[in-house]
Amino acid sequence: MDLWNWLEYGAWGLSALFGLHMAIDWLKTDSTYSEDVLTSSREGELEAMAEERKGH
Amino acid sequence: MADVDITSQTMDGMGPHGTKVGLLRVLGPAHVWALGVGIVLVGEYMGWNFAVGKGGAYAALIACWFAGILYSCVAMIDSEVTSTVASAGGQYTQAKHIIGPLMAFNVGLYLVFAYTMLEAANAITAGYLFYVVAQMTGHAGDLDQRPFIILVIMFLAWLNYRGVLATLTFNLVITAIAFIAIIVLFLSTSGILGGGIMEHAALFEGHELPYGWIGVLAAMHFGLWYYLGIEGTTQAAEEVRSPARALPFGTLAGIMTLLIAATLTWYVCSGVLPWEFLGDGVNGSVAPLFDTARLSGSTALVWLLGFGTLFATLASANGCINDASRAWFAMGRDKYLPGWFGAVHPKYRTPYRAIVFLVPIALIFALGAPLDQVITFSILSGLLGYTFMPLNIILFRRKWPLETIKRGYEHPFHPIPAITLLTLCAVTFFAVFLGYGTQLVAMIGFYIVVSLWFHFWRYRFVNRGAQFTMPWPKPRGY
Repeated sequence: MDLWNWLEYGAWGLSALFGLHMAIDWLKTDSTYSEDVLTSSREGELEAMAEERKGH
Repeated sequence: MADVDITSQTMDGMGPHGTKVGLLRVLGPAHVWALGVGIVLVGEYMGWNFAVGKGGAYAALIACWFAGILYSCVAMIDSEVTSTVASAGGQYTQAKHIIGPLMAFNVGLYLVFAYTMLEAANAITAGYLFYVVAQMTGHAGDLDQRPFIILVIMFLAWLNYRGVLATLTFNLVITAIAFIAIIVLFLSTSGILGGGIMEHAALFEGHELPYGWIGVLAAMHFGLWYYLGIEGTTQAAEEVRSPARALPFGTLAGIMTLLIAATLTWYVCSGVLPWEFLGDGVNGSVAPLFDTARLSGSTALVWLLGFGTLFATLASANGCINDASRAWFAMGRDKYLPGWFGAVHPKYRTPYRAIVFLVPIALIFALGAPLDQVITFSILSGLLGYTFMPLNIILFRRKWPLETIKRGYEHPFHPIPAITLLTLCAVTFFAVFLGYGTQLVAMIGFYIVVSLWFHFWRYRFVNRGAQFTMPWPKPRGY
């Protein structure tokens, strides 16, 4: 076993950690917030705000 | 957008709306530059040299500059439209507003495929680089490249998941190092700093255009590689603090950087490496800048260009994840795809479902498909996207003339850049057909099939009114 064999194991381990972190956070987020909030984004928000400010 | 009342019934938009969680506006022009140049710069480190194999060193230079004109047109057109349609999705969103839903659906798919394939190709390349370094440092036996390929994709997806500012700041740093490495190599080998090792006259003699002018035409296919991906800057549109300033500034600075980097790369590599070796990117020079550094005899240059190659590869994969996920997210938000993909993370403010969904797709291509096929699919999807752009800008100017909507940037000499771009796209399609005719026909067949699916099935789910939330006046003639 040389350094590169250890690096191979390290790469597998780190990949699993990054994947797990995303998966756990994803499940946590989806169960904490409602779908309405999570998918409420609409395009043109900045432009709409600028227009709103102009109107007042 | 003076004199525009977005609550008016005559407006194209829906007025102020209830975004509770949206993408975060934190980026500046430097991040836009890092996104565009970061995706592309790997093409200078490897890939462009196949153009030398197609038609010799001069053909590669001619292709470099013609492709440079093509991409300058792309950058100018994109800067004008995106500084106005400042929304995630980039060209997909432009097509939706300016041409129509079927074009938008196709352009969205071109973007997702082009970037996801390029991400997979970069991950394969990074795995190969680790393999080479292991061999050079005396590793006994073959290194398993798979864990490194997977790590690259997982780490960069995780970074993208956690926030756009850190993601593109990371890209800024590694892209700047990769670009500086090319400048240092040029200064060190051209004779400006110390002794030069350039042998252009000797290397070119008798090989000026080994396959004649048809070789020049064939080289155009890989000439795209010098700049492929600069149009990705548009995907940052919804996350920059000032779209009207940052997008044109970052994109145009990006194409200037790439024109310099591409020309220097050609000059340095073709002056040191024989064209037969340089033009064979599989059995000859896989990474020409790195090979040039090795021939310079300087250990410092070998290390610098070695890191430059790795950083350019990572920056490209990172930018591709950012861009593919924004395009996928925008299509989900408008229900061109299931609306579930249109979610934004409430803490990190990123399109987290789109990012995670594209990870296994990138992994499948990175671990299961040959590199040349992955790259070809990416180039062809990109080329279809460029063909859409001239039509897009011509219709944009016609439907919304300059006096109706204020642009962040107005590109000069319209319609000359659009016509030039369309002509160069036609030439490049012919060049691609010469080398990859079967793939070109197969891919066009694929897009025809998915278009039929969209038209006859998916379109019924699209948010037909709610997809247009830009406060624009009605288009002229409607």
